[in-house]
Amino acid sequence: MTAPTRRPQMTGRQSQVAVRRSRFASIKVQELLGKAITTLILAAGAVIILVPLVFMVSTSLKDRNQLRRSPPPLIPIEYTMVEVNGKEEPLYEVTVEGATRQMALIKNLPEGRGVFVEPANPDQTYELVIADQKQMEHWEAHWENYPEALTSVPFDKYLINTCIVTFVGMAGMLLSCTMVAYGFSRFRAPWLNVLFMVLLSTIMLPGQVRLIPMYVLFNKIGWVDTLLPLIVPAFFANAYDVFFLRQFIMTIPLEMDDAARIDGANPIQTFLYVILPQARPAIVAVAILHFIWAWNDFYEPLIYLHSREKWTVAVGLQTFSALYSVNTHLIMAASTVMVIPCIIVFFFSQRVFTQGIVMTGIKG
Amino acid sequence: MATKSGASSYRKPFWTMSRREAAWAYFFISPWIIGFVVLTAGPMLSSLYFSFTKYNILDSPGWLGLANYRNLFRDPLFWTSLKVTVYFASLALPLGLIVGFFLALLLNQKIPGVNLWRTLYYLPSVIAGVAVALMWMRIFNARIGLLNPMLDKLFGIKGPGWLQDPDWAMPALVIMSLWGVGGNMIIYLAGLQGVPTALYDAAKVDGASLWQRFRHVTLPMVTPVIFYNLVMGLIWAFQYFTEVYVIGSANANVGGPARATLFYNLYLYQNAFKFFDMGYASAMAWILLLIVLVLTTVVFRSSEFWVYYEGELRGRG
Repeated sequence: MTAPTRRPQMTGRQSQVAVRRSRFASIKVQELLGKAITTLILAAGAVIILVPLVFMVSTSLKDRNQLRRSPPPLIPIEYTMVEVNGKEEPLYEVTVEGATRQMALIKNLPEGRGVFVEPANPDQTYELVIADQKQMEHWEAHWENYPEALTSVPFDKYLINTCIVTFVGMAGMLLSCTMVAYGFSRFRAPWLNVLFMVLLSTIMLPGQVRLIPMYVLFNKIGWVDTLLPLIVPAFFANAYDVFFLRQFIMTIPLEMDDAARIDGANPIQTFLYVILPQARPAIVAVAILHFIWAWNDFYEPLIYLHSREKWTVAVGLQTFSALYSVNTHLIMAASTVMVIPCIIVFFFSQRVFTQGIVMTGIKG
Repeated sequence: MATKSGASSYRKPFWTMSRREAAWAYFFISPWIIGFVVLTAGPMLSSLYFSFTKYNILDSPGWLGLANYRNLFRDPLFWTSLKVTVYFASLALPLGLIVGFFLALLLNQKIPGVNLWRTLYYLPSVIAGVAVALMWMRIFNARIGLLNPMLDKLFGIKGPGWLQDPDWAMPALVIMSLWGVGGNMIIYLAGLQGVPTALYDAAKVDGASLWQRFRHVTLPMVTPVIFYNLVMGLIWAFQYFTEVYVIGSANANVGGPARATLFYNLYLYQNAFKFFDMGYASAMAWILLLIVLVLTTVVFRSSEFWVYYEGELRGRG
């Protein structure tokens, strides 16, 4: 609203249209610019997200020699060596007399200079500044790190244990949580609302207040150092998943229940044949969340599992890293193996995921 | 079967409709009720009892009265662990809020490939745990790591020793937590998508600028989500364990360097499962519960002033 813009004289209607057009164009340009900047910022962030993962995988493919390089290259590459007079020497791309040739560095001289020779003709030497030449590198991935990492500790056993804990626990969680969510969403009963508030408040309860007595209890009944303490509690429902499933079940039209009841279905049948099929998207979402949580869980397996053959991947990997912390490449290989199932599950269920969470997130 | 006396001989059956409905309700929620009694309420009460005893699992608990609590308040490591946790929370929570919210704003726009971006940014939250901690350990490593050479190359900064340096271990952990900010982001995104577009349209008609629309429409509408994330974030900080335990044990210095990463939950774990002082650890657990209760109450109380709930009647429209 500062200085009035100068425009060529036009008739009223013409000028109106022109103003509208230019304003429309400027809004469009603004929008486009905004989108471009947004994409740019997101791309920069994406680099920050991806670089650590790339580094993990590339480290898992290096050998000890490659690991010593600093700064570490983001892909598993190694300096190319060539045999000169029976000795392995590093190969460089050297520019002499205007031509680029491949030469080996056979001797370091003071002041950053070095003696270079062509491997085929080792008698003719060139004295050049090393920093001006380009050292040759080639892709060298040590895939054998993977079998080595996976056999140096009983990873197959850890994997089986983790799968048992994850999937049996998942079955228990799904069974109990769908039942409880159905109970909280479709019936009226005295105290039911109060109980639901109690359930919700347990979300905020720090796990530590029940941890020690539970350990004592499981110890008394001989369950410590078995997988049972990690599996059995899943059969007794948890607040998060019940809340999530209940929110979803509330959106299923009541008419469906009524129709089933008129057809003579009892609540168990309604639950099995109406609610469960209708709630499938929510059940899938909860199952995937459980998979990821159980797969990565560390605290409880650490506390309950003492002997080596009972460990889950998380505990096995941590112990492996504490014992062999110098074997960075093997630790990263094992870490990659641990991460891959989660990434695969995530990508296959990505729609369910972002939609499911975005849909029910925390909205009441 | 017809009776003449009608109402007088009619006895109300025990299984009325409403009683039957209640019975079904309790049948369906019974797994949770049993679980709540056996796995939550019971253990909570026992741990309260343990906190007044000396208990090492092998011998039966011996009554100590308030001694555990008295000793805790005199224990410098207890105060260290509290300080460490609060320091972490005071850095990680505000930064996580700002970055997560900013990303959610960006990802709430109609840009090409928005689902792909969302997926990518959420990815770190699905792999959190031991493997990621081990990965970051190598990235922060001053000798063979990735971060310091990159800082040197891009900005000419000589990076610190990060996880090996008592002053820089905490910023390193905060950076790690920010990498997984996608979990926060997706919840903010849900909040943003719940803001009715009609509000924006109305604001536009009134000539509100982009900033005004953000300040007076977006921000008030997502305060409940910010509130939720804040409360859950506080609890999360007091449960923080895996990362510091994994990194600490790989460096053979759990809680180090110089106790700079002796988190509350880590110290509790050590008391319970390393020193087998279950009474002391239980006292810590109950103090933790009180802290969480107090903090949540404070946030709840203060929420009156900054959390806006739609449909709430207020003096100022």
